[in-house]
Amino acid sequence: MPDVTKTAAPADEAVDTPSVVAAAAPQQEKARSLWGDAWHDLRRNPYFIVSSVLIFFLLLIAALPGLFTSASPTAGDLVHHYVGKPELGKIGSEGWLGYDIQGRSVYARLIHGTRASIIVGVAVTAIVTVVGSIMGMISGYFGGVIDAVLSRITDIFFGIPFLLGAMVVLQSFTDRTILVVVFALAFLGWTQITRVMRGAVITVKQADYVQAAKALGAGTTRILFRHILPNAMAPVIVVATIALGGYISAEATLSYLGLGLASPTVSWGVDISAGVQAIRTSQHILLYPSIMVSITVLAFIMLGEAVRNALDPKLR
Amino acid sequence: MGRYVARRLLQMIPVFLGTTFLIFFMVYSLPGDPVLGLFGDKGADPATLAAKRHELGLDLPIWQQYWNYMTNIILHFDFGTQIRNGRPVTEVLGDAFPITMQLAALAFAFELTFGIGLGIIAGLKAGRLADNAVLIFTLLIMSIPVFVLGFIIKMVFAFQLGWIEPNVSTEQNWDELIAPAIVLGGLSLAYVARLTRTSMAENLRADYMRTAVAKGLPRRRVIGVHLMRNSMIPVVTFLGTDIGALMGGAVVTEGIFNIKGVGGVIYESITRREGSTLVGLVTILVIVYLVTSLLIDLLYAVLDPRIRYA
Repeated sequence: MPDVTKTAAPADEAVDTPSVVAAAAPQQEKARSLWGDAWHDLRRNPYFIVSSVLIFFLLLIAALPGLFTSASPTAGDLVHHYVGKPELGKIGSEGWLGYDIQGRSVYARLIHGTRASIIVGVAVTAIVTVVGSIMGMISGYFGGVIDAVLSRITDIFFGIPFLLGAMVVLQSFTDRTILVVVFALAFLGWTQITRVMRGAVITVKQADYVQAAKALGAGTTRILFRHILPNAMAPVIVVATIALGGYISAEATLSYLGLGLASPTVSWGVDISAGVQAIRTSQHILLYPSIMVSITVLAFIMLGEAVRNALDPKLR
Repeated sequence: MGRYVARRLLQMIPVFLGTTFLIFFMVYSLPGDPVLGLFGDKGADPATLAAKRHELGLDLPIWQQYWNYMTNIILHFDFGTQIRNGRPVTEVLGDAFPITMQLAALAFAFELTFGIGLGIIAGLKAGRLADNAVLIFTLLIMSIPVFVLGFIIKMVFAFQLGWIEPNVSTEQNWDELIAPAIVLGGLSLAYVARLTRTSMAENLRADYMRTAVAKGLPRRRVIGVHLMRNSMIPVVTFLGTDIGALMGGAVVTEGIFNIKGVGGVIYESITRREGSTLVGLVTILVIVYLVTSLLIDLLYAVLDPRIRYA
């Protein structure tokens, strides 16, 4: 897309030129300083450091599970079944966290199950952020009838209890793959981002640089994506990061209810729902995947909090 | 004020219809046939099936079914009957709602007192040890999924220490509901504490606070009246939307503690394709949600006199 503000300036009256500079310069400088400041703050925040290290490891496990275990998550030997004595001395060996109902290594399943949870969390967040942002931008920028209609549609989806709605959507699929779970969570999850984005856009819309860009004849798309989006993005990023943890937790909860991912997919949720069956005798089957889910959710919530603190000057 | 309420009530109508139709559509497009399910393995002859479907109104187009269902609710307070056992849905919900409302009320009281209490402690000591302790505690609560928290509490307090019964008895006394209420309200407690903390820490620096202190008002009044009243708006907003969420989100908690409430009905009607039960339940939850969000908006004006509804 050509830079309208610059190409338009020489053609216009000389009187307009200073306002172009005035409009463009503070916006760029402000944008840079907000994110620059945030990065400066983040690097010194212990929460940020801890959560980034955790997330780095989780992503590494998800990408290359073979680095952490050579045992197969699906090969079961009934000789071991239900054996749950943790052997802490042999960290990383096949049986150091015990075996599950089918005699499969709990540790191998933990490592190989990471990918499913991470993919669900990241994919749902990505879809929800894109869809929700676009809806929120349109709603907040155009206002009027469009806003009224889109806001009511958002209200409709927001009114359905999240877990209940996801349960109904999932129940309508007999083959519950990762894709289906992602769809179910994203189908009901986008409203939160839409509301946040709409609010942010309404605030940013009033800013002088947006009015200036409009006066210079910048197209709607350009105003929305070059001027409004970068300045309205901060709260959305915070909400999305925290929500990512929530989606991982939701996937585990749905699996616990027997409505999430199903075997043969290897995931923490699947192990959790199997572990519930053996809760009185072999708690370890439930315990370890639950701990992994909690750690992952914790990491993303901490990251979101750290980013919020860095981006919101009021909290400093 | 009157006009504002009227406008809000009018805005609720499309949302109410939209939400109920959406859930209606979702439930009725579920695969599986509850009528065929009545007849076991051998099945029935097509004429019987068709007659049964006609009797239940399941052969009509979905718009028509939705219209009939809604007019029955509004005109006759008739939520339909369950397909499997012919019980009226009002009766099923009437059995399930009281216990869940008790549970939700307890959970709400729990998150209100402890959430706001922890938030005040953290907000007043922002940046110090107590603040950090509350922050870490709430972070942990937020990251533990509900079912894990439920099982931890059940394992520790019921199986190891024996302080509580693992399952709630059929009498469903108030004291048996304390542990489930803590599990149900735990997550919201963390949110309430954090919202209160942020809001209070922010308002501590406000001009009116300095004025109040300078006037020589007792600390109690400065914090209890000036600071609290101004800091409660985000908290009240959250609490308002949470009432409905607690009732709808009780599926997991009720399952863990074997409480025969709304959660069990939700689960059962989803797996058995009891459309009318599920839609009726969601209808009630949506009404609760819409009414509380209106009440919350009106409460803003009480908390902050600068907000006026013309």
